[in-house]
Amino acid sequence: MVNVCKCQKEFKERCTQCAAVSWGLTDEGKYYCTSCHNVTERSKEVINTGAIPNTKIQAINRGLKRKRKLERGWDWYVCEGFQHILYQQVEALKTLGVGPELKNEVLHNFWKRYLQKSKQAYCKNPVCRRKVTVLEDNQSHSDWDSEPELLRDFSCPSFAESGTESQPDGLAQKPFPISKASQSETASICSGSLDGVEYSLRKEKGIVKMTVPRTLAFCYLSLLWQRETVTLSDLLRFVEEGHIPYINAFQHFPEEMKLYGRDKGIFAIESWPTYEDIYKKMIEIAKFLDLPRFPDITEDCYLHPNILCMKYLMEVNLPDEMNDLTCQVVKMTGVGEVDFLTFDPIAKMAKTVKYDVQAVAVIVVVLKLLFLLDDNLEWSLSNTAEKYNENNKEDKPRFDFRKWYQVMKKSIDEKKQEWEEARAKYLWKSEKPLYHSSIDRAVAFKRREMVVDLQKQFSTLVDSTPTVGRKKPSSFQFNWAEGDAARTCFHGHSLQGILQNKGQSLTTKNSLYWLSTQKFCRSYCKHVTTYEESNFSLSYQFIINLFAFLLRIKTSFLHEEVSLIEKRLFKTKYSKTKKKSSRSRKGRKY
Amino acid sequence: MSDFSEELIRSKTEDDQEESCVLSGTGMYFPWLQKHIDTVETGGKKEKDFAQTTSACLNRIQEALLKHQWPQAAGYMHSYFQILEDSDSHKRQAAPEIIWKLGSEILFYHPKSNMETFNTFADRMKNMGVMNYLKISLQHALYLLHHGMLEDANRNLSRAEMWRYGEKSSSQEVLINLIQAYKGLLQYYTWSKKKMELSNLDEDDYAYNTASQTMLNHSWKTSVNLGALIQTPGVWDPFVKSYVEMLEFYGDQDGAREVLTNYAYDEKFPSNPNAHVYLYNFLKREKAPREKLISVLKILYQIVPSHKLMLEFHRLLKKSEKKDHHKLGLEVLFGVLDFAGCTKNITAWKYLAKYLRQTLMGNHLAWVQEEWNSRKTWWPSFHFSSFWAKSDWKEDVALACEKALVAGILLGKGCRYFRYICKQDHQVLRKKIRRIRKSVKKHSIVNPGL
Repeated sequence: MVNVCKCQKEFKERCTQCAAVSWGLTDEGKYYCTSCHNVTERSKEVINTGAIPNTKIQAINRGLKRKRKLERGWDWYVCEGFQHILYQQVEALKTLGVGPELKNEVLHNFWKRYLQKSKQAYCKNPVCRRKVTVLEDNQSHSDWDSEPELLRDFSCPSFAESGTESQPDGLAQKPFPISKASQSETASICSGSLDGVEYSLRKEKGIVKMTVPRTLAFCYLSLLWQRETVTLSDLLRFVEEGHIPYINAFQHFPEEMKLYGRDKGIFAIESWPTYEDIYKKMIEIAKFLDLPRFPDITEDCYLHPNILCMKYLMEVNLPDEMNDLTCQVVKMTGVGEVDFLTFDPIAKMAKTVKYDVQAVAVIVVVLKLLFLLDDNLEWSLSNTAEKYNENNKEDKPRFDFRKWYQVMKKSIDEKKQEWEEARAKYLWKSEKPLYHSSIDRAVAFKRREMVVDLQKQFSTLVDSTPTVGRKKPSSFQFNWAEGDAARTCFHGHSLQGILQNKGQSLTTKNSLYWLSTQKFCRSYCKHVTTYEESNFSLSYQFIINLFAFLLRIKTSFLHEEVSLIEKRLFKTKYSKTKKKSSRSRKGRKY
Repeated sequence: MSDFSEELIRSKTEDDQEESCVLSGTGMYFPWLQKHIDTVETGGKKEKDFAQTTSACLNRIQEALLKHQWPQAAGYMHSYFQILEDSDSHKRQAAPEIIWKLGSEILFYHPKSNMETFNTFADRMKNMGVMNYLKISLQHALYLLHHGMLEDANRNLSRAEMWRYGEKSSSQEVLINLIQAYKGLLQYYTWSKKKMELSNLDEDDYAYNTASQTMLNHSWKTSVNLGALIQTPGVWDPFVKSYVEMLEFYGDQDGAREVLTNYAYDEKFPSNPNAHVYLYNFLKREKAPREKLISVLKILYQIVPSHKLMLEFHRLLKKSEKKDHHKLGLEVLFGVLDFAGCTKNITAWKYLAKYLRQTLMGNHLAWVQEEWNSRKTWWPSFHFSSFWAKSDWKEDVALACEKALVAGILLGKGCRYFRYICKQDHQVLRKKIRRIRKSVKKHSIVNPGL
């Protein structure tokens, strides 16, 4: 150890590998970097023989240290891993334009609350420490640069320890207490983290265990709290497009946070997050954290159906005029009311509105009111609109469902194809291969190397057509332009001819309506209804498929939501529905 | 070679291990039951998206290959490689072979691919695990052969020949034999080139001696290489042929005969007409007795009654003294003409016309009737329809005449084919047709009294 200090005085250049200035001597008298073991060509001139016993000590010391480094890296806990992922995610959200309070106040607090509720920190006897003998002589000054800022304010267990270890000064050479060493050795068999094995076995009633999908639930909860302009489907789409770290998020952990063994099962993800799943997890976490009622969703919030409907009308290229109708449906069904929209986890039946799905369902209902979507009326209305447009080229064009369908069908098919191709080509494996134990390590790395090699070889053979670079994050997936025949914009088209004046109000010309669901499921299976595609008209199928793809949800999921809106809209009809035929006559006045 | 050898020992998939621990909280653990429950819970969709990606990718590669879209296929291949890191060890172990098959196909046809890319790919795939080394080496060598790189192919085969993993398993043995045999085939190729050179040289020339010496050398090596494969049951036509050629060249007739006899008659070998053809040709060269030749062709007749050697067989049978051989001679001719591919074979018709007359003159009406009985339901429309009469007459008058004679004999002079040909007034053939009429009148098996 004396030697190290001496060396430091003599040789002060930065290490070429890690830029640290911390030099030791090898047996041959060459300088090596104590933090990354890069051996230089420079050697120390042996002045006297007195240095020899010292180098011996150094050599032994180095041997131990190197072994430890190779297999273990820092000591860290599983919850720190999740914290790191959350940190990355929230940083990504920040770059997407979300306000900084989201990270510093909201998510931070949620996470603190989670650690406390799950008894991992901020409590007397944290779970992850129970079996670990904690260092007594804990030097708790940490200047770890890459430490997530989020963590600064609270001392999650072991951060101080890992901090000490990375210190490039003489303190790092301090021998480890025996109790600790034995602990790390046993742990190193099955996981890189200290409590990976224990964590994956842990099962406590009433405790929501952290998983990678739940990090997204946390993100969404914070977004919801902040009433940000990001819906759950947007969030998941950003994940899918790679704007928010999720799959292989662990590969951005600091180099010294080694993952293997059980950590693999905890952090490696081989599936995309699904709407339903994250939605459920979000409610579950909100209840577990015992969160109070969320800030009110009022009419000026992005998540209010009126605004979301407008957004989705634009997205799917429907006339702006339809917005009046959606607003009326929202009003009649009461889905725009604050109490309905605001999430209250403490309420008896905690559930939150699927804002995006609901807004889209409202649009579907409006389309049904206007065009009936029975594979008949919409086409005959299109014929009249087409004729009218031909004869009155100067006028504001009337909305032609057929034309719209053609444009949308083409665009959505292209998008879908692109999406499917991207999915088929998605590279799941991280640059850092995960392995089960140190025995596997070499194999896993070798395998990775081989895959990379092969990929390199084939990448020269790939079609040279310029692949569209990573899509810029946007809440819109389509871009409609006037003048471009393939992407005709229908926003400005009018609904004249579909609506008619009746006294002072406008009424839909079409006075028929059919209900998407006749009977609601009353059992405890949790879903309201089922969606058997072939039972429905082709137009309805198209519309449902279109929106379901936009939100990346299952068609049945949207169909359910449509049925729920209809249930609210036609309350009276539903009570009599048992006697009525499948097609209920209903004229609606506006 | 160390790469994946561990995998061979490990049979359990990695994921299984994990899951078993996680799910064991209930006290009892039934892997099959758990899996069942899981699929029920998620509506039968237990598959991870990773697995969906790889299987979708595979489908798209296959589709692109079908449509000859090589760049697209390469693009999907780029992503498909990740299956080598699949946590399901079964899939992971099956992957190299699939990747090799698809990848080599792409590299074979891709416009931007070249020999070098292919070689790198093959070498890499060979060393991925131990299961595919031999197979890929062999296919690699065939690729090189295809591109005329005989030297490289030979080097590749030699390297594969030396390769061993663990105990020699039976599947390995076949492959090693095959590899050696291909090496032998390459050596045969050089040998026969040398032979050509030699034939251009003067025997007294100094160069002649050295050339013949190297030739001898080659032949010895070749025979070693080919010998082993030929012993194992299978269809090894090119190998057998070249081996026999070399044996014959050096005067080892007995050796050659043994090889061919074994190849043709060993019951462990799959039935292979060529084996009998080779043996027959060899025996013919050797001037073997007729009886022997007939016995070889008899077997060939049983396997391929339409073989072109059958007419030769007929001639042999005709020349034979035995009565049953004569009868068989008729059978063989009928047999040949049963096949659509032989309907316009004029020699066969000529033989049949002649032999029918001969047989009937020899008072063997029963033989003819025996053959005819099974054919009289379908030969008239198959051979003797008026359509055929017209087209045969148009295309080949000689054929039409022979057929008319046969038709007349078998169906009587009322038959359409016969009538049509007779009606044709042809200056040159008038005499011939008259002769046919006469023959028919005399020999027709229909109403023999008239």
